[in-house]
Amino acid sequence: MIATALLVAGKDLRIEARSRVLLWQVLPFGVVALVLAGIALGPTRAGNSNAGPGLFYLVALFVTLLAVNRSIQIEGESGTRSSVATLGLDPAGVFLGKALALAVELWAMGAVLLAGSVLLLHAALTGTLEAAPSVAVTLGALAAAGSLYGALGAGAGAATLLPAISFPGFVPLLIAGERAYHSALTGGALWQWWVISLVALAAYVALGVLLYGVLEESW
Amino acid sequence: MPVVTLQGAVVTSAGYPLLAGVDLVVEPRTLTVATGPNGAGKTSLLRLLGGLVGLGGGRAVVCGVDLAGGDRRTLRRRVGWLGHEGSFYDELSVRENLTFAARALGRPLAAIDPALERVGLATRHETAARRLSAGQRRRLGLAWLLVRRAELWLLDEPYASLDDEGRDFLDALLADVVAAGATVLLSAHDPLRSATLAPRTLRLAGGRVVGDVPGSPA
Repeated sequence: MIATALLVAGKDLRIEARSRVLLWQVLPFGVVALVLAGIALGPTRAGNSNAGPGLFYLVALFVTLLAVNRSIQIEGESGTRSSVATLGLDPAGVFLGKALALAVELWAMGAVLLAGSVLLLHAALTGTLEAAPSVAVTLGALAAAGSLYGALGAGAGAATLLPAISFPGFVPLLIAGERAYHSALTGGALWQWWVISLVALAAYVALGVLLYGVLEESW
Repeated sequence: MPVVTLQGAVVTSAGYPLLAGVDLVVEPRTLTVATGPNGAGKTSLLRLLGGLVGLGGGRAVVCGVDLAGGDRRTLRRRVGWLGHEGSFYDELSVRENLTFAARALGRPLAAIDPALERVGLATRHETAARRLSAGQRRRLGLAWLLVRRAELWLLDEPYASLDDEGRDFLDALLADVVAAGATVLLSAHDPLRSATLAPRTLRLAGGRVVGDVPGSPA
Protein backbone atom coordinates (compact mmCIF):
# COMPACT_ATOMS: atom_id res chain seq x y z
CA MET A 1 0.00 0.00 0.00
CA ILE A 2 2.76 2.47 0.91
CA ALA A 3 4.75 1.61 -2.22
CA THR A 4 1.66 2.19 -4.35
CA ALA A 5 0.97 5.48 -2.54
CA LEU A 6 4.49 6.75 -3.22
CA LEU A 7 4.32 5.62 -6.85
CA VAL A 8 1.00 7.40 -7.43
CA ALA A 9 2.02 10.53 -5.52
CA GLY A 10 5.26 10.75 -7.47
CA LYS A 11 3.39 10.36 -10.74
CA ASP A 12 0.82 13.05 -9.88
CA LEU A 13 3.48 15.51 -8.72
CA ARG A 14 5.59 14.86 -11.80
CA ILE A 15 2.58 15.50 -14.02
CA GLU A 16 1.91 18.78 -12.20
CA ALA A 17 5.56 19.77 -12.50
CA ARG A 18 5.28 19.25 -16.28
CA SER A 19 1.86 20.76 -16.90
CA ARG A 20 2.08 23.55 -14.30
CA VAL A 21 -1.69 23.87 -14.35
CA LEU A 22 -1.82 24.63 -10.64
CA LEU A 23 1.11 27.04 -10.82
CA TRP A 24 -0.08 29.11 -13.76
CA GLN A 25 -3.85 28.75 -13.55
CA VAL A 26 -5.06 27.82 -10.07
CA LEU A 27 -2.59 29.75 -7.91
CA PRO A 28 -3.00 33.05 -9.81
CA PHE A 29 -6.74 32.66 -9.39
CA GLY A 30 -6.23 32.34 -5.63
CA VAL A 31 -3.99 35.38 -5.51
CA VAL A 32 -6.46 37.44 -7.53
CA ALA A 33 -9.23 36.35 -5.16
CA LEU A 34 -7.12 37.54 -2.22
CA VAL A 35 -6.46 40.87 -3.96
CA LEU A 36 -10.19 41.32 -4.53
CA ALA A 37 -10.85 40.41 -0.90
CA GLY A 38 -8.30 43.01 0.20
CA ILE A 39 -9.96 45.63 -1.98
CA ALA A 40 -13.38 44.68 -0.61
CA LEU A 41 -12.18 45.09 2.96
CA GLY A 42 -10.72 48.46 2.11
CA PRO A 43 -7.83 50.26 3.77
CA THR A 44 -9.81 51.16 6.86
CA ARG A 45 -10.46 47.51 7.62
CA ALA A 46 -6.92 46.42 6.90
CA GLY A 47 -5.64 44.17 9.63
CA ASN A 48 -9.10 43.06 10.59
CA SER A 49 -8.46 39.77 12.33
CA ASN A 50 -12.10 38.73 12.11
CA ALA A 51 -12.41 38.73 8.34
CA GLY A 52 -8.86 37.76 7.31
CA PRO A 53 -8.87 34.07 8.34
CA GLY A 54 -12.32 33.53 6.84
CA LEU A 55 -11.28 35.08 3.54
CA PHE A 56 -8.09 33.03 3.51
CA TYR A 57 -10.06 29.80 3.90
CA LEU A 58 -12.66 30.89 1.35
CA VAL A 59 -9.87 31.26 -1.19
CA ALA A 60 -8.31 27.99 0.03
CA LEU A 61 -11.67 26.28 -0.61
CA PHE A 62 -11.80 27.56 -4.21
CA VAL A 63 -8.22 26.49 -4.80
CA THR A 64 -8.88 23.06 -3.25
CA LEU A 65 -11.90 22.44 -5.49
CA LEU A 66 -9.90 23.30 -8.60
CA ALA A 67 -6.94 21.18 -7.48
CA VAL A 68 -9.20 18.19 -6.75
CA ASN A 69 -10.79 18.46 -10.18
CA ARG A 70 -7.33 18.56 -11.72
CA SER A 71 -6.29 15.49 -9.71
CA ILE A 72 -9.30 13.55 -11.02
CA GLN A 73 -8.90 14.88 -14.56
CA ILE A 74 -5.38 13.41 -14.76
CA GLU A 75 -6.79 9.91 -14.46
CA GLY A 76 -9.47 10.46 -17.06
CA GLU A 77 -7.28 11.59 -19.95
CA SER A 78 -7.07 9.65 -23.20
CA GLY A 79 -8.58 6.42 -22.02
CA THR A 80 -5.88 6.16 -19.40
CA ARG A 81 -8.25 4.95 -16.71
CA SER A 82 -8.95 1.56 -18.31
CA SER A 83 -5.31 0.87 -18.92
CA VAL A 84 -4.26 1.89 -15.43
CA ALA A 85 -7.11 -0.19 -14.00
CA THR A 86 -5.48 -3.25 -15.54
CA LEU A 87 -2.37 -2.53 -13.48
CA GLY A 88 -4.40 -3.75 -10.51
CA LEU A 89 -3.07 -1.09 -8.14
CA ASP A 90 -4.16 -1.33 -4.52
CA PRO A 91 -7.01 1.22 -4.25
CA ALA A 92 -6.05 2.18 -0.70
CA GLY A 93 -2.56 3.00 -1.97
CA VAL A 94 -3.98 4.94 -4.90
CA PHE A 95 -6.11 7.01 -2.51
CA LEU A 96 -3.19 7.71 -0.19
CA GLY A 97 -0.98 8.63 -3.13
CA LYS A 98 -3.47 11.01 -4.68
CA ALA A 99 -4.26 12.57 -1.29
CA LEU A 100 -0.56 12.99 -0.53
CA ALA A 101 0.15 14.64 -3.88
CA LEU A 102 -2.85 16.91 -3.44
CA ALA A 103 -1.70 17.81 0.09
CA VAL A 104 1.77 18.74 -1.17
CA GLU A 105 0.21 20.93 -3.85
CA LEU A 106 -2.15 22.58 -1.35
CA TRP A 107 0.68 23.17 1.12
CA ALA A 108 2.73 24.92 -1.56
CA MET A 109 -0.21 27.07 -2.65
CA GLY A 110 -1.24 27.60 0.99
CA ALA A 111 2.20 29.06 1.77
CA VAL A 112 1.77 31.60 -1.02
CA LEU A 113 -1.78 32.41 0.07
CA LEU A 114 -0.67 32.87 3.70
CA ALA A 115 1.97 35.33 2.51
CA GLY A 116 -0.79 36.98 0.50
CA SER A 117 -2.92 37.23 3.63
CA VAL A 118 -0.13 39.13 5.38
CA LEU A 119 0.52 41.42 2.43
CA LEU A 120 -3.00 41.93 1.08
CA LEU A 121 -5.27 41.39 4.09
CA HIS A 122 -2.74 42.80 6.57
CA ALA A 123 -2.95 39.75 8.83
CA ALA A 124 -0.31 39.94 11.58
CA LEU A 125 2.87 38.13 10.58
CA THR A 126 3.50 36.55 13.99
CA GLY A 127 -0.06 35.27 14.29
CA THR A 128 0.06 33.94 10.74
CA LEU A 129 3.30 32.09 11.45
CA GLU A 130 1.73 30.67 14.60
CA ALA A 131 -1.27 29.53 12.59
CA ALA A 132 0.82 27.94 9.81
CA PRO A 133 0.96 24.43 11.35
CA SER A 134 -2.80 24.37 11.84
CA VAL A 135 -3.25 25.56 8.26
CA ALA A 136 -1.04 22.67 7.11
CA VAL A 137 -3.16 20.15 9.02
CA THR A 138 -6.39 21.65 7.71
CA LEU A 139 -5.15 21.64 4.12
CA GLY A 140 -4.03 18.03 4.58
CA ALA A 141 -7.52 17.13 5.76
CA LEU A 142 -9.02 19.00 2.80
CA ALA A 143 -6.73 17.01 0.50
CA ALA A 144 -7.87 13.70 1.99
CA ALA A 145 -11.53 14.70 1.92
CA GLY A 146 -11.18 16.18 -1.55
CA SER A 147 -9.64 13.00 -2.94
CA LEU A 148 -12.54 11.01 -1.54
CA TYR A 149 -15.26 13.38 -2.76
CA GLY A 150 -13.47 13.79 -6.09
CA ALA A 151 -13.73 10.05 -6.72
CA LEU A 152 -17.37 10.18 -5.65
CA GLY A 153 -18.09 13.01 -8.10
CA ALA A 154 -16.23 11.23 -10.90
CA GLY A 155 -18.26 8.09 -10.21
CA ALA A 156 -21.44 10.12 -10.51
CA GLY A 157 -20.17 11.25 -13.89
CA ALA A 158 -20.14 14.95 -13.12
CA ALA A 159 -17.08 16.74 -11.78
CA THR A 160 -19.26 19.83 -11.47
CA LEU A 161 -21.02 18.07 -8.59
CA LEU A 162 -17.86 18.33 -6.51
CA PRO A 163 -18.66 21.64 -4.76
CA ALA A 164 -22.13 20.43 -3.81
CA ILE A 165 -21.23 16.97 -2.57
CA SER A 166 -18.06 18.04 -0.78
CA PHE A 167 -19.59 21.02 0.97
CA PRO A 168 -20.95 19.15 4.04
CA GLY A 169 -17.61 17.42 4.50
CA PHE A 170 -15.52 20.53 3.99
CA VAL A 171 -17.49 22.83 6.30
CA PRO A 172 -16.23 21.45 9.65
CA LEU A 173 -12.66 21.56 8.35
CA LEU A 174 -13.00 25.13 7.16
CA ILE A 175 -14.61 26.28 10.40
CA ALA A 176 -11.93 24.59 12.52
CA GLY A 177 -9.17 26.02 10.33
CA GLU A 178 -10.64 29.51 10.39
CA ARG A 179 -11.08 29.42 14.17
CA ALA A 180 -7.50 28.24 14.67
CA TYR A 181 -6.13 31.02 12.44
CA HIS A 182 -8.37 33.55 14.17
CA SER A 183 -7.22 32.37 17.59
CA ALA A 184 -3.60 32.69 16.50
CA LEU A 185 -4.19 36.28 15.40
CA THR A 186 -6.09 37.23 18.54
CA GLY A 187 -4.02 35.32 21.07
CA GLY A 188 -6.71 32.74 21.86
CA ALA A 189 -6.29 29.02 22.44
CA LEU A 190 -5.74 26.93 19.33
CA TRP A 191 -5.63 23.40 20.65
CA GLN A 192 -9.34 22.53 20.43
CA TRP A 193 -9.40 23.52 16.77
CA TRP A 194 -6.28 21.51 16.17
CA VAL A 195 -7.99 18.45 17.63
CA ILE A 196 -10.95 18.85 15.27
CA SER A 197 -8.68 19.17 12.24
CA LEU A 198 -6.53 16.21 13.28
CA VAL A 199 -9.55 13.99 13.96
CA ALA A 200 -11.04 14.98 10.60
CA LEU A 201 -7.76 14.24 8.86
CA ALA A 202 -7.56 10.79 10.47
CA ALA A 203 -11.23 10.08 9.71
CA TYR A 204 -10.96 11.02 6.04
CA VAL A 205 -7.77 9.02 5.59
CA ALA A 206 -9.45 5.98 7.16
CA LEU A 207 -12.58 6.45 5.05
CA GLY A 208 -10.54 6.84 1.90
CA VAL A 209 -8.50 3.70 2.58
CA LEU A 210 -11.70 1.74 3.17
CA LEU A 211 -13.96 3.17 0.46
CA TYR A 212 -11.76 4.31 -2.42
CA GLY A 213 -11.87 0.90 -4.08
CA VAL A 214 -15.66 0.95 -4.15
CA LEU A 215 -15.72 4.50 -5.53
CA GLU A 216 -13.07 3.67 -8.10
CA GLU A 217 -15.18 0.80 -9.44
CA SER A 218 -18.10 3.14 -10.10
CA TRP A 219 -15.85 5.79 -11.69
CA MET B 1 -7.33 -25.09 -20.83
CA PRO B 2 -9.03 -22.18 -22.65
CA VAL B 3 -7.98 -18.64 -21.78
CA VAL B 4 -11.56 -17.45 -22.26
CA THR B 5 -14.80 -19.34 -21.68
CA LEU B 6 -18.06 -17.42 -22.02
CA GLN B 7 -21.46 -19.04 -21.76
CA GLY B 8 -24.44 -16.77 -22.31
CA ALA B 9 -22.41 -13.80 -21.07
CA VAL B 10 -24.45 -10.66 -20.56
CA VAL B 11 -23.20 -7.12 -19.96
CA THR B 12 -25.63 -4.28 -19.37
CA SER B 13 -25.34 -0.55 -18.98
CA ALA B 14 -28.23 1.40 -17.44
CA GLY B 15 -30.49 -1.55 -18.25
CA TYR B 16 -29.45 -1.68 -21.90
CA PRO B 17 -27.76 -4.94 -22.99
CA LEU B 18 -24.32 -4.34 -24.48
CA LEU B 19 -23.70 -8.07 -24.68
CA ALA B 20 -26.82 -10.19 -24.94
CA GLY B 21 -25.67 -13.75 -24.35
CA VAL B 22 -22.24 -14.40 -25.84
CA ASP B 23 -20.84 -17.92 -26.10
CA LEU B 24 -17.13 -18.01 -26.80
CA VAL B 25 -14.10 -20.19 -26.16
CA VAL B 26 -10.61 -18.88 -26.90
CA GLU B 27 -7.62 -21.16 -26.71
CA PRO B 28 -4.20 -19.94 -25.56
CA ARG B 29 -1.60 -18.65 -28.03
CA THR B 30 -4.21 -17.63 -30.56
CA LEU B 31 -5.17 -14.42 -32.31
CA THR B 32 -8.85 -13.57 -32.53
CA VAL B 33 -10.44 -10.57 -34.22
CA ALA B 34 -13.89 -9.36 -33.18
CA THR B 35 -15.51 -7.48 -36.04
CA GLY B 36 -18.82 -5.74 -36.50
CA PRO B 37 -20.45 -2.37 -36.93
CA ASN B 38 -20.53 0.36 -34.31
CA GLY B 39 -22.56 -0.74 -31.30
CA ALA B 40 -22.16 -4.44 -32.08
CA GLY B 41 -20.54 -5.07 -28.70
CA LYS B 42 -16.87 -5.39 -29.68
CA THR B 43 -15.51 -3.01 -27.06
CA SER B 44 -17.90 -4.35 -24.42
CA LEU B 45 -16.63 -7.86 -25.10
CA LEU B 46 -13.03 -6.74 -24.65
CA ARG B 47 -13.87 -4.77 -21.50
CA LEU B 48 -15.63 -7.81 -20.03
CA LEU B 49 -12.59 -9.97 -20.74
CA GLY B 50 -10.37 -7.35 -19.10
CA GLY B 51 -12.46 -7.25 -15.93
CA LEU B 52 -13.28 -3.60 -16.66
CA VAL B 53 -17.05 -4.14 -16.59
CA GLY B 54 -19.08 -6.50 -14.48
CA LEU B 55 -20.75 -9.66 -15.72
CA GLY B 56 -24.50 -9.10 -15.77
CA GLY B 57 -25.48 -12.71 -16.39
CA GLY B 58 -24.28 -16.03 -17.71
CA ARG B 59 -20.84 -17.45 -17.02
CA ALA B 60 -17.39 -16.08 -17.77
CA VAL B 61 -14.00 -17.53 -16.88
CA VAL B 62 -10.96 -15.55 -18.07
CA CYS B 63 -7.38 -16.59 -17.31
CA GLY B 64 -8.80 -18.97 -14.72
CA VAL B 65 -10.73 -16.21 -12.91
CA ASP B 66 -14.49 -16.75 -12.63
CA LEU B 67 -16.00 -13.32 -13.26
CA ALA B 68 -19.29 -14.29 -11.64
CA GLY B 69 -17.74 -14.46 -8.20
CA GLY B 70 -14.02 -13.83 -8.54
CA ASP B 71 -12.03 -10.72 -7.89
CA ARG B 72 -11.86 -8.69 -11.10
CA ARG B 73 -8.73 -6.95 -9.81
CA THR B 74 -6.93 -10.30 -9.85
CA LEU B 75 -7.83 -10.70 -13.51
CA ARG B 76 -6.84 -7.14 -14.42
CA ARG B 77 -3.23 -7.70 -13.44
CA ARG B 78 -3.05 -10.53 -15.95
CA VAL B 79 -4.43 -8.75 -18.99
CA GLY B 80 -3.11 -5.86 -21.03
CA TRP B 81 -5.51 -3.27 -22.39
CA LEU B 82 -4.89 -0.89 -25.27
CA GLY B 83 -7.76 1.48 -25.99
CA HIS B 84 -8.09 3.24 -29.30
CA GLU B 85 -7.44 6.60 -27.63
CA GLY B 86 -4.14 5.54 -26.08
CA SER B 87 -3.45 4.30 -22.61
CA PHE B 88 -1.07 6.51 -20.74
CA TYR B 89 -0.39 9.85 -19.08
CA ASP B 90 0.03 12.57 -21.68
CA GLU B 91 2.27 14.82 -19.58
CA LEU B 92 4.77 12.08 -18.78
CA SER B 93 7.50 11.09 -21.18
CA VAL B 94 7.51 7.80 -23.03
CA ARG B 95 10.02 6.33 -20.56
CA GLU B 96 8.21 7.71 -17.48
CA ASN B 97 4.97 6.08 -18.62
CA LEU B 98 6.67 2.73 -19.03
CA THR B 99 8.51 3.12 -15.72
CA PHE B 100 5.19 3.76 -13.96
CA ALA B 101 3.65 0.62 -15.47
CA ALA B 102 6.71 -1.50 -14.69
CA ARG B 103 6.86 -0.33 -11.07
CA ALA B 104 3.12 -0.83 -10.59
CA LEU B 105 3.42 -4.44 -11.72
CA GLY B 106 6.76 -5.18 -10.11
CA ARG B 107 8.37 -5.71 -13.51
CA PRO B 108 12.10 -5.00 -13.91
CA LEU B 109 12.95 -1.62 -15.37
CA ALA B 110 15.40 -3.43 -17.63
CA ALA B 111 12.38 -4.55 -19.68
CA ILE B 112 11.79 -0.98 -20.85
CA ASP B 113 14.65 -0.50 -23.31
CA PRO B 114 13.99 -3.71 -25.27
CA ALA B 115 10.31 -2.77 -25.50
CA LEU B 116 11.20 0.70 -26.80
CA GLU B 117 13.53 -0.84 -29.37
CA ARG B 118 10.86 -3.31 -30.44
CA VAL B 119 8.24 -0.63 -31.11
CA GLY B 120 10.69 1.83 -32.65
CA LEU B 121 10.47 4.52 -29.97
CA ALA B 122 14.00 4.24 -28.57
CA THR B 123 14.94 7.66 -29.92
CA ARG B 124 11.76 9.27 -28.56
CA HIS B 125 12.00 7.98 -25.00
CA GLU B 126 12.25 11.46 -23.48
CA THR B 127 9.35 12.84 -25.52
CA ALA B 128 6.11 13.67 -23.69
CA ALA B 129 3.33 11.31 -24.73
CA ARG B 130 1.15 14.23 -25.81
CA ARG B 131 3.74 15.19 -28.43
CA LEU B 132 3.60 11.82 -30.17
CA SER B 133 1.70 11.25 -33.40
CA ALA B 134 -1.31 8.93 -33.42
CA GLY B 135 0.80 6.07 -34.75
CA GLN B 136 3.54 6.68 -32.19
CA ARG B 137 0.96 6.78 -29.41
CA ARG B 138 -0.24 3.37 -30.55
CA ARG B 139 3.36 2.14 -30.44
CA LEU B 140 3.75 3.49 -26.90
CA GLY B 141 0.63 1.58 -25.89
CA LEU B 142 2.13 -1.58 -27.37
CA ALA B 143 5.41 -0.97 -25.54
CA TRP B 144 3.38 -0.66 -22.32
CA LEU B 145 1.94 -4.13 -23.06
CA LEU B 146 5.37 -5.55 -23.87
CA VAL B 147 6.74 -4.30 -20.56
CA ARG B 148 3.76 -5.84 -18.79
CA ARG B 149 4.15 -9.26 -20.42
CA ALA B 150 0.41 -9.76 -20.14
CA GLU B 151 -1.07 -13.21 -20.67
CA LEU B 152 -4.05 -11.84 -22.56
CA TRP B 153 -3.77 -8.81 -24.84
CA LEU B 154 -6.97 -6.89 -25.44
CA LEU B 155 -6.63 -4.31 -28.20
CA ASP B 156 -9.52 -2.01 -29.07
CA GLU B 157 -9.30 -0.93 -32.73
CA PRO B 158 -5.48 -1.12 -32.81
CA TYR B 159 -5.32 -0.71 -36.59
CA ALA B 160 -7.28 2.53 -36.61
CA SER B 161 -5.30 5.50 -37.97
CA LEU B 162 -2.23 3.37 -38.80
CA ASP B 163 -0.52 3.73 -42.16
CA ASP B 164 0.68 0.71 -44.18
CA GLU B 165 4.01 0.62 -42.37
CA GLY B 166 2.26 0.78 -39.03
CA ARG B 167 -0.11 -2.04 -40.00
CA ASP B 168 2.79 -4.23 -41.10
CA PHE B 169 4.61 -3.46 -37.86
CA LEU B 170 1.55 -4.39 -35.80
CA ASP B 171 1.05 -7.60 -37.80
CA ALA B 172 4.63 -8.65 -37.08
CA LEU B 173 4.41 -7.74 -33.40
CA LEU B 174 1.18 -9.66 -32.88
CA ALA B 175 2.63 -12.71 -34.62
CA ASP B 176 5.63 -12.52 -32.29
CA VAL B 177 3.66 -12.17 -29.06
CA VAL B 178 1.36 -15.05 -29.99
CA ALA B 179 4.41 -17.18 -30.80
CA ALA B 180 5.85 -16.17 -27.43
CA GLY B 181 2.79 -17.57 -25.64
CA ALA B 182 0.34 -14.68 -25.28
CA THR B 183 -3.27 -14.74 -26.39
CA VAL B 184 -4.55 -11.75 -28.35
CA LEU B 185 -8.08 -10.51 -28.91
CA LEU B 186 -8.60 -7.34 -30.88
CA SER B 187 -11.51 -5.45 -32.32
CA ALA B 188 -11.82 -4.06 -35.83
CA HIS B 189 -14.64 -2.81 -37.99
CA ASP B 190 -13.74 -5.21 -40.78
CA PRO B 191 -11.85 -8.53 -41.05
CA LEU B 192 -8.08 -8.10 -41.18
CA ARG B 193 -6.48 -7.95 -44.60
CA SER B 194 -3.04 -9.09 -43.54
CA ALA B 195 -0.37 -10.84 -45.57
CA THR B 196 1.11 -12.48 -42.48
CA LEU B 197 -1.80 -13.12 -40.12
CA ALA B 198 -4.80 -15.37 -40.62
CA PRO B 199 -6.67 -14.96 -37.35
CA ARG B 200 -9.93 -16.41 -36.17
CA THR B 201 -12.59 -13.85 -36.99
CA LEU B 202 -15.74 -13.33 -34.96
CA ARG B 203 -18.60 -11.25 -36.25
CA LEU B 204 -20.70 -9.48 -33.65
CA ALA B 205 -24.08 -7.83 -34.10
CA GLY B 206 -26.54 -6.66 -31.49
CA GLY B 207 -24.36 -7.87 -28.63
CA ARG B 208 -24.14 -11.46 -29.92
CA VAL B 209 -21.63 -13.50 -31.89
CA VAL B 210 -23.33 -14.11 -35.24
CA GLY B 211 -20.36 -15.45 -37.17
CA ASP B 212 -17.17 -17.37 -36.33
CA VAL B 213 -14.58 -18.09 -39.01
CA PRO B 214 -11.65 -20.15 -37.74
CA GLY B 215 -8.13 -19.00 -38.39
CA SER B 216 -5.84 -20.74 -40.81
CA PRO B 217 -2.10 -20.81 -41.45
CA ALA B 218 -1.00 -17.69 -43.29
